[in-house]
Amino acid sequence: MTTQQTDKIMRTVFVDTVSAALDEDPRIAVVTADISAGAFAPARERHPDRVINVGIREQAMIGVAGGLALTGLRPVVHSYTPFLVERPFEQLKLDLGHQDVGAVLASIGGSYDDPVWGRTHQAPGDVALLDTLPGWTVHVPGHPDEVEPLLRAALAGSGRVYLRLSARENGSALPTGEFTLVRKGSRGVVLAVGPMLDGVLAATAGLDVSVLYASTVRPFDHAGLRAAVAGATPEVVLVEPYLAGTSAHQVSETLADVPHRLRSLGVSRDREVRAYGTATDHDAVHGLDPAGLAVAIRDFFH
Amino acid sequence: MTRTTHDLAALFERMTGDEKHTWAAASTVDVLWVLYDRVLNISPDNVDDPDRDRFLLSKGHGPMAYYAVLAAKGFLDPDLLDTWTTFDSPLGQHPDRVLVPGVEIGAGSLGHGLGLGVGTALGLRAQRRESRVVVLVGDGELDEGSNHEAIALAGRLGLERLTVVAIDNGSASHGWPGGIARRFEVEGWHSATVDGRDHDALHRAFTAHHPGRPSVVVATIHAEEL
Repeated sequence: MTTQQTDKIMRTVFVDTVSAALDEDPRIAVVTADISAGAFAPARERHPDRVINVGIREQAMIGVAGGLALTGLRPVVHSYTPFLVERPFEQLKLDLGHQDVGAVLASIGGSYDDPVWGRTHQAPGDVALLDTLPGWTVHVPGHPDEVEPLLRAALAGSGRVYLRLSARENGSALPTGEFTLVRKGSRGVVLAVGPMLDGVLAATAGLDVSVLYASTVRPFDHAGLRAAVAGATPEVVLVEPYLAGTSAHQVSETLADVPHRLRSLGVSRDREVRAYGTATDHDAVHGLDPAGLAVAIRDFFH
Repeated sequence: MTRTTHDLAALFERMTGDEKHTWAAASTVDVLWVLYDRVLNISPDNVDDPDRDRFLLSKGHGPMAYYAVLAAKGFLDPDLLDTWTTFDSPLGQHPDRVLVPGVEIGAGSLGHGLGLGVGTALGLRAQRRESRVVVLVGDGELDEGSNHEAIALAGRLGLERLTVVAIDNGSASHGWPGGIARRFEVEGWHSATVDGRDHDALHRAFTAHHPGRPSVVVATIHAEEL
């Protein structure tokens, strides 16, 4: 693991990186719908034509991003997860995908980072929704130090990229890009996505399993998973911080020619949790706290 | 060969099978002709020029008039009109920008063109380009709430290079009390309401200057004309 470079939260790294990119690259433009607009105020002073706050108009936010991209700019669109992915979903499909243009979408709020706001501000289905659309790259950083390299690469490109920022984070950053083998074992593989890694490491302490880490899930690193499985056994536990099983089809595709077992852990699909409290409380409800993960993982490998 | 507005009917009639939208298509034909013949800096030679004007057909339903004008102006081989809606044809009942050079947006689902048009106007302004952006919407399409996000935003941002032409053929189920123009005016737009068949009136409306604010041209089409 790398030495921590910043004590900033992911959102701050995002704002700082994009603000710097606005100074460096005339293609970059930012579109917000009030959320975080204040954080971009200094950048807006310097680049009033390329830092655009549309107000609380999320359909327009994505439509405007599509239009900017049609003129050759590289829009960065930012809001709270439900208002970035769920509310303007048809705009994502048509104003970006169908127009064959790109953008960088950066969400905050994760699945339930701040549950005091209730269900309206939770969007554990965001990655699953984007998975219904072709051509999206999806990054799920697990540490603030992972945000800048992922974001810099996204800004330099031209495709459609989703950067899922969260207040949940691991204790240390890992290299971005391909899956990283964090712990080597002989009895199966646990694939931890983004901020789930620390919980997975705690839950698997003393188990003879490999732990693989992913901060990029689309494209899915099929070669990385195959290599990990080859070094252990074709038994995989997938631990994602969003809707359970979102990447199950990717694991199945990776191991299509290998008899295998798969257990998918993530946010429950079968109920709406009508409760407030803390993210840790909700982890426990969904079995994503270290104790819950330990039970599920040990049961799978038993 | 040079084609005129008189050739449009024959080109239009080469596309059959979407008679449900003949009314929608026929309502737009004069507006499209005036824009492509007399107003916009768009030609088959400049479809990739970043300084070209942009025409965005938001109301993608009934594109027969649009394709006919594109064929008349040399963007399309007229023989392609005979292939429309077939598997290998680039011409469908909703246009696709990826398949047809000169088509600026893929459209069909209503209420998307205006948001894209606002973004296009903002992108051009950020690049200090003088290009115009014209978005064609229908009065029925304006029912979609997404339009009203874009209308308000364009007014606040003073997008003077943005023009909306709203074809008012009375399609909106619940109508627009007080007229469509009023909905735009309250958001700071300049407005003009003209006969959608009167080429000179359309030309005057499209070329009038209105510094500091976007404009809407409401082109009225009477049902008995169709």
